[in-house]
Order: sequence, then C-alpha cells, then structure tokens
Amino acid sequence: MKMLINVPETVVADALRGLAASHPELIVDVENRVIVRRDAPVEGKVALVSGGGSGHEPLHGGFVGPGMLDAACPGEVFTSPVPDQMVRAAAAVDSGQGVLFVVKSYTGDVLNFDMAAELAEDEGIQVAKVLVNDDVAVDDGLSTAGRRGTGATVFVEKLAGAAAEEGAPLERVESIARRVNELSRSFGVALSACSTPAKGGPTFDLPAGELELGVGIHGEPGRERRAMMTSREIADYAVETVVADLRPDNPVLLLVGGMGATPQLELYGFAAEVHRALGERRVAVARTLVGNYVTSLDMAGASISLCQVDEDLLRLWDAPVRTAGLRWGA
Amino acid sequence: MSSSEPAVDDVLDTPFFLRWLTAAAASVSREAARLTDLDAAIGDADHGTNMQRGFAAVTEALEKEPPGSPGAALILAGRQLISKVGGASGPLYGTLLRRAGKALGDAERITPQQLADALRAGADAVAQLGGAAAGDKTMLDALFPAVEALGAGAGSFAAAGEAAEKGALATVPMTARKGRASYLGERSAGHQDPGATSSALIIAALAEAAR
Repeated sequence: MKMLINVPETVVADALRGLAASHPELIVDVENRVIVRRDAPVEGKVALVSGGGSGHEPLHGGFVGPGMLDAACPGEVFTSPVPDQMVRAAAAVDSGQGVLFVVKSYTGDVLNFDMAAELAEDEGIQVAKVLVNDDVAVDDGLSTAGRRGTGATVFVEKLAGAAAEEGAPLERVESIARRVNELSRSFGVALSACSTPAKGGPTFDLPAGELELGVGIHGEPGRERRAMMTSREIADYAVETVVADLRPDNPVLLLVGGMGATPQLELYGFAAEVHRALGERRVAVARTLVGNYVTSLDMAGASISLCQVDEDLLRLWDAPVRTAGLRWGA
Repeated sequence: MSSSEPAVDDVLDTPFFLRWLTAAAASVSREAARLTDLDAAIGDADHGTNMQRGFAAVTEALEKEPPGSPGAALILAGRQLISKVGGASGPLYGTLLRRAGKALGDAERITPQQLADALRAGADAVAQLGGAAAGDKTMLDALFPAVEALGAGAGSFAAAGEAAEKGALATVPMTARKGRASYLGERSAGHQDPGATSSALIIAALAEAAR
C-alpha cells in the first residue's frame, strides 16, 4: 500500500501544517490540535465547536470559518480527540454567548465531549451539545452502540452555523441543530475498504466483486454484502432505505458524498440516479451538494444524506459560508 | 500463594502504586502490537497505539510531579489517560483510575481490601459511563472478575491477575453490544475483546509490583 506520507506517526500533524500554510484565515495550533477561525471570538456570537477522528476530511477542520464552525479538534486517525483539545477550542472561541459542541454519535466522541463540557463549564463557559446520529444502516436498538453520525454533520454544522452567524442565542442555535439532526438521514456504500496509515493496509477485507451496503465511515460493516451493483441499483437501494426511514413531505437538501477515493465522474453519475430515484418517490430536491465532505480516507464508495427543509432552514443553507471545504455567497 | 503475596492486613504504600503503574505501562507497551491486532479484527486497529501513548504520558507525569499518596498517583495517571489516549479508551480508563484514586482519599498506606474496594468503585464508574454491563464484551469482563477475586481472596494479586486473564479469554465467544465492535453483531464473536485484554495486562501488573 503506497501512501503520500512521511511516517504514520506524523500524518495528522503534517496535514495540519499544510492546512495552516494554505489557509492564513485559520489559526492552526499543530501541537495542541486545534483549528480556529482567525477572527474568533466573534463579539456577540454563539460559537460552534466540533471535532472527531482525522481521516474524514474536509470534516471538521475544512468547515471552520464564517458561517459554519468557529473551531475544530482533529483527533488521531479514526480516534476521537481528547477533552483538553475541546476545552482549549471552546476557550479560544467563546465570546461570552456560549458554545455549541457538535458531536457525532460514536462512543469515544460522546465520552470525550461530555468530559470537555463539564471541564469547560468549570471554567465558566456555557456549553450546549448536539448529537448527530443519522445513519439509517444501523439499528437504533439495544444491540449496538446506536446510530452513527455521518453526512448529516455537514447539514447541522452549516445550518446551525448560519443561525449563529445571524446572532441567534445559544438556546436557538442548539434547537436548530437538534431539529436538523432529527430531519436528516444517511446511508453509505463501500466499494473498497479504507487503509489507515498506522495499519498500512486495508482495515477490512472486501472481495473485488462485492460491495458493502450500509457501511460506516471507519469501515464499520453495514447491513449486507452483495455482488457488485450498478450505480442505478445502488441509488435505488440507498434512496429507498433513507426515504422509508425519513418519510419526507417537504423538499430536501441532498448530499451525494464521496468516501474519499471515488472520482467526481462517478459521483455525478450516481447523483443523476439518486435524483431520478427521489423523483420516482415524489421527493423534491431543493439543493444538491456533490463531492467529498465526510470521507473515510481512501475508501471507494458513496453515501447519500437527506435533510428535510422548510423556508427558514433553506434560507440558512443559502446563507454565505467561507471555509476551506465549503464556500458560497461570501 | 507465594511469600511475596500480600496478606489481608498488609499495607500498600505510594512506591507500590508507582511500581504498579510503571509495570502496567511497560506491559501495555510490550503488548501494544497485539492489542492493535485484536482491535483490527473487530474495531478500528488503534487500541495498542492509543494505550501506549497514554501510559507513556503516565510514567512521564509520575516522574515529573511525584504524587504524595496512592490516591494521588491513581488520579494523576487517570488524568493523563483522559488527556492523551482519545477514543473511548481514554475516558473509560481515565475514569477507572481517577475514581479508584478518589475512593482511596489521602491515605498514605492502604490495605489490599481497600484497593479491591477502590477498584470496584472505579469499575462501577466505567460501567455507568459506558452504559455497559458484564457480558457486553468490554473491559468490564476482565475488571469485574478481577476485583471480585481481589476482594474475596486474601488480597491475592496472582488470583486477581488470573481472574482478569480468564475474564478476557471469556470474551472470545461473546457478541459485542457496546462500542464499535457492536456494529459487527454476531460477526464480533470468535475474537477476544481488546479492552478486556488491556485491562487484564493492567491487573496482572499488580503482582509484578508486589515482588
């Protein structure tokens, strides 16, 4: 397995140095692993802080900037960051209006953000938390750690971030974030396994002629394995699964997400099939985003995420955003 | 029971706790590759790397700010694990040691029975934090039998180590219901739980510290 790295131990730090060099509008603390928008803390504004394991770029560091996150904490590859990073980030961006932690539903992320919230409150920072758990491939029952947080994180960070930028108070920013999560569902498909730098090879074994339906963003297994399907068949399967769970009666935001190693040519072809499949189920698409937003290193494959929106949420989606990974209207 | 084994009315001092944590760090470091391999089978292949990084920070901190009591040693170690490990293991192991340390208070010398009680308080806190119970294929499947053995016997560290090791082996046929392995469902059976394995290493280090 060939990778464009120096040694596995410095992969995250090297990437952060590159982010710092390429985006002077960000303050990147490489040693303490905190990425902050340069104009933070923004007077009178609620701050958004997120984070998680590295390997899902541009999530979350690529979403730091006006209109989205105020700070992000990257952990080791596929490993949750530690509370120290989150507290440091919260202290750097809090303007006195409070901080919203956007937490993806994974045991490690939840535990570390819980501890960080306690520690930050000890320091006099008001903290609210929202848990993103949109992955319909997982039973939300007692037999697993619960639904995973995947593509809807982009919706939550963008929409709640826009509300915060408009000056909404913490309580409202939190309730919008919660509502966006409740209105969102995702489903992912892997055509190949991802490889972590530390392991130096694939993290699971997926035979050449097969695909994994309902895969997670760390190579967690999905619902089933099948012989390779066409883009059309995959779109029908994914759309049916998500729509059956979400039952949208409003227009939706659609994210057609790459897993990291699938080219735009394939993603747009897949997007065409997803649009067709949604149309056949009478689901109107208000906006579409196609590309790599919540990735899984070099995994080939795609995911779809839907978020039901009303006029207010659609306005927040269209609001200006200026980050390394998402940018419009500004 | 060998002659180096403590009796119920024996006392354990701060140097004993420093030897224990140092031995645990060495053992985790020696077995890091094995822990990562076990994690690769049912998790995301980083347990050994993460625990090694955390315990390296523990030994460094113990040298830099020598704790004045057994409780302070455990609290310091727990804080380092929370700050350095990440993932679920950081908060869970950090909580285990911090809660055990808090249970010991300021006492300069403690009995093996007090240590057993403190570790039970730590394990209970881990169960609460992770929402897990015995049989979920987690670190608790090694920790609960270990504190049981430590409390029941005459504070025998060898018995605690054996119970933890047996508990870790007993996770092999289990189906994971917590953590990332839970997404494998029945496919998680047939693999030893990495967290139970690292817990067994830490408990086994008690006997080393007593020598």
